Amino acid sequence: MSTRPHTTGGRIVAGDLTLGYGGNPVISELSLALPPARITCIVGANGCGKSTLLRGLGRLLRPRDGSVTLDGEEIARMPTGKLATRLGLLPQQPLAPDGITVSDLVGRGRHPHQRWFRQWSRADEAAVRSALDATGLTGLSEAAVDELSGGQRQRAWIALALAQETGTMLLDEPTTFLDLAHQIEVLDLLAELNSEHGRTVVLVLHDLNLACRYADHLIAMRDGAVAAAGRPAEIVTADLVREVFGLQCEVMDDPLTHTPLVLPHPGARKRR
Amino acid sequence: MSTPPSDPHTSPSTPAGTPLPRGTRVLGSHRLGVAVRVYRPALVLGCALCGLVFAAAVASLALGDFTMPVTDVLSVFTGRSSPMQAHVVVDMRLPRALTAAGVGAALAISGMILQRLAHNPLVSPDVIGINAGATAAAVCAIVALTGSTLQVAGAALAGAVGTALLLYLLAYRRGVAGYRLVLIGIGLTAMLTSVTSYLITRTDLNTAARAMIWLTGSLANRSWEHVGTIWFGLAVLAPLALALTRQLRLLQLGDDTAAALGGRVQLARAALLFTAAATAASATAVAGPVAFVALVAPQIVRRLLRERVVALLPAAACGALLVLGADLLARTAFGGTELPVGVLTGVLGAPYLLYLLTRMNRIGQA
Repeated sequence: MSTRPHTTGGRIVAGDLTLGYGGNPVISELSLALPPARITCIVGANGCGKSTLLRGLGRLLRPRDGSVTLDGEEIARMPTGKLATRLGLLPQQPLAPDGITVSDLVGRGRHPHQRWFRQWSRADEAAVRSALDATGLTGLSEAAVDELSGGQRQRAWIALALAQETGTMLLDEPTTFLDLAHQIEVLDLLAELNSEHGRTVVLVLHDLNLACRYADHLIAMRDGAVAAAGRPAEIVTADLVREVFGLQCEVMDDPLTHTPLVLPHPGARKRR
Repeated sequence: MSTPPSDPHTSPSTPAGTPLPRGTRVLGSHRLGVAVRVYRPALVLGCALCGLVFAAAVASLALGDFTMPVTDVLSVFTGRSSPMQAHVVVDMRLPRALTAAGVGAALAISGMILQRLAHNPLVSPDVIGINAGATAAAVCAIVALTGSTLQVAGAALAGAVGTALLLYLLAYRRGVAGYRLVLIGIGLTAMLTSVTSYLITRTDLNTAARAMIWLTGSLANRSWEHVGTIWFGLAVLAPLALALTRQLRLLQLGDDTAAALGGRVQLARAALLFTAAATAASATAVAGPVAFVALVAPQIVRRLLRERVVALLPAAACGALLVLGADLLARTAFGGTELPVGVLTGVLGAPYLLYLLTRMNRIGQA
């Protein structure tokens, strides 16, 4: 696989960020800094604002107040097309046009690099090919996306984001609805993209144990605020899990990766 | 890196070829940085359909109450025919055929844009109220004013664009989602249709009869004025639609992905909606609301092409063929009586709509 040098990870910093959809804000005056060229996982209970935060970081949601910067530049002030060459975002459960083939879908990730008078270039071709290769979809490039398995389909969407060739990728629950093997497959792929190309990868994840395994930096959210942030081994404790998820648990050392392993108490919910 | 083990067949199908969808060619020069993508099957289909449109046009010039051989039709254009033949072809049949082709093309372009925009194969200007708006305004012009071509055309255009604006404002809530557009459009259609009915009940019988003929969609007695109106509309709007197809391709991925890829989602959607509305309006302005063409033509093209491209040329040609063919049938197939073209497209189009609906129930998509 060819190394594409211009995808170095971006540094995202949010300052006093307030986000919402009308009515009360979901997130108020949140500040955080995501380490560049690392994997950051955002975890938290349902409705705690993790997807909202990701949308705010990716400019799908305009901040009501405060700012998000990418390498020091405020993203709300950057031209959309230019931002899209530096910051990619994969929404939760994206919808493919029916009947679209894998290569067509992945090729559409090149949009920010194209113009109406330059609809295809050698760089586009190289990027799509390398994205298909990296996601192991080269053999399926002619297949229809609707006919793929869940894991393959998710890889196709990741390939689209890869073809965009951004130094920073935000992914909203990329493993939802995948079985465990496919979850691992997708996360391994993202870890590889991070380690080989130094991309900044930011994911919202449901599974705390997987988040602990893959994250260099973990952000635990509760009620629209950051409850704790740092290396998983440093911040994940039974107290934090109780605070963030309302769950009684033991935190052990994962014998395989030596990251925190969270074991919920049996019947913990009843006792609470 | 190694390929993940789950799909071991490293493709023999596209080893060195481009990863572009099959059949897509890139025209242009890498050196100048100019490259345009062409989906060849769409081009071939478009040209084939244009050939059929031409054949149907020649047939509709030759056939009718006064049938003449094709050679005579051609001799009209070389200036070696009787004045009678020249009159029938140049003043009566040619404007009608050109209007029919233009109306069909405009409706199909509008339908293609709207179906892709709403991610729904059942959407067309008839369904989401754009035609109903044009109709209500045009009937208003027929009833309240004298109902000249220019008045009706202007009113239809204003009605359609006004409805599109209303639709956009009502459907707008933190951006316009596809299904909201459809549901609100259906509501608007109901309202505007009752406005039209009210207007007709309030006028005298003569005017009501004129309005009713217009309401079914008719191509009878079209003049060069109509030809000018519809083709001027197409000359302005078709290039605009073509220029917006890149945005449409992007919007097909859903709002979030489109925005993440640098699309200005709301702006693009508004531009596409108004282009579709104006295109449908220019057709409705000259022929009345010809039913189902906008729905059916893009669907036919979609079934004939393998890749999911926004194929405006084949759709436009298909629409032109449908309206020309339907008008030819309406004019010649029923002995002495001539049916309005809208009746025929309705009779033929409605079963197709039912077919689409049953198919949708079965597999969840069409």
